[in-house]
Amino acid sequence: MAGDAGSVLKVSVWRSSGPGGVAAGDGRFETFEVPRQPSQTVLDVVTHIQRHCDPTLGYRFACRVGVCGSCAMVVNGEARWTCRTHVDKVAEGGRLEVAPLRNLPVIRDLATDMSAFFDKWARARGQFSGTRSRQEPFAVVEPQSEERRQVDLGIECIGCGVCYSSCDVVEWKPDYLGPAAMNRAWTLVNDVRDTARRERLAAVAGDAGCHACHTHMSCTERCPKHLPLTSAIAGLKRETTRALLRGEL
Amino acid sequence: MSPRAQAGLWFAQRMSAVVLAFAVVVHLATMIYAVRSGLSAAEILDRTRGNLPWFLFYAGFVVAIAVHLPIGLRNVIAETLGWRGRLLEACTAALAAGLLAWGLRAAWAVYAPGGA
Repeated sequence: MAGDAGSVLKVSVWRSSGPGGVAAGDGRFETFEVPRQPSQTVLDVVTHIQRHCDPTLGYRFACRVGVCGSCAMVVNGEARWTCRTHVDKVAEGGRLEVAPLRNLPVIRDLATDMSAFFDKWARARGQFSGTRSRQEPFAVVEPQSEERRQVDLGIECIGCGVCYSSCDVVEWKPDYLGPAAMNRAWTLVNDVRDTARRERLAAVAGDAGCHACHTHMSCTERCPKHLPLTSAIAGLKRETTRALLRGEL
Repeated sequence: MSPRAQAGLWFAQRMSAVVLAFAVVVHLATMIYAVRSGLSAAEILDRTRGNLPWFLFYAGFVVAIAVHLPIGLRNVIAETLGWRGRLLEACTAALAAGLLAWGLRAAWAVYAPGGA
């Protein structure tokens, strides 16, 4: 269905049953009718519902232009940035289904609690550890070096949670770190200035880390930034194995 | 189990997969050859008894299976049933020991000059 002015979109929106802190499965879909507009995004649709149909609808957004990563939701079964998803591309037969991200607890309706997602970045040692102070000269990182190229491939992650929501292993193993946290760890493993490589490799090894990845590649396929997340996890598998064989893990 | 030990299991499973990729092809080719050539059980045993290379091949095949299968089963059970911990590790370790014992016994049975 094209975005004909005058036509109507039928939108099923997930509504949580409680006022907050409810489990992801606790709720129901509610259907709204929304007028079609040219170049309409899914976020436009959700905003229309909140402003014109039901002001109690809870959802999260900020920038509206694919920079902040806060408006990710599951649209017709796939996690996406709603602000960068045109209705024309996803509405089949004039219908949309909008749900909160999977694998995260729902705060209210379409807004999820991202705490576990970001806690795992910390658990994967996603913090940079350097040695230089601000009084010392800048470290020189050769732009053409292999390490820097690997960092370039993964550094643009904005933490939207689309990969985490799309990952089967997170669903099966709730303690699994997930693609984004390990992508962050991989950029730091390749950061020549970083001094916590050994601790970081230990943090991402094992059943809750890179070794649990089944290489389904849903994260890579769904990442709105097209980051090679599965390759980053494979890189961690290689480096942890090297560390294991050297007795450094 | 420590992350180091878990990483070790992952590595052992990958290395045993390399052995299995080779061993399964050889095993299937051997079986197809034996069936298509119409070899009887006695004729097969006549070829395998006292044949050290075949014994070493099948002993290696058995070791690779005993390493590979229980590690994979441990992961499948943990992911699909949510069962984890020491009891699961003990059960899969017992399975590994059983596969090793039964497999080596079978390999020895077709190698030992007088039968097992």
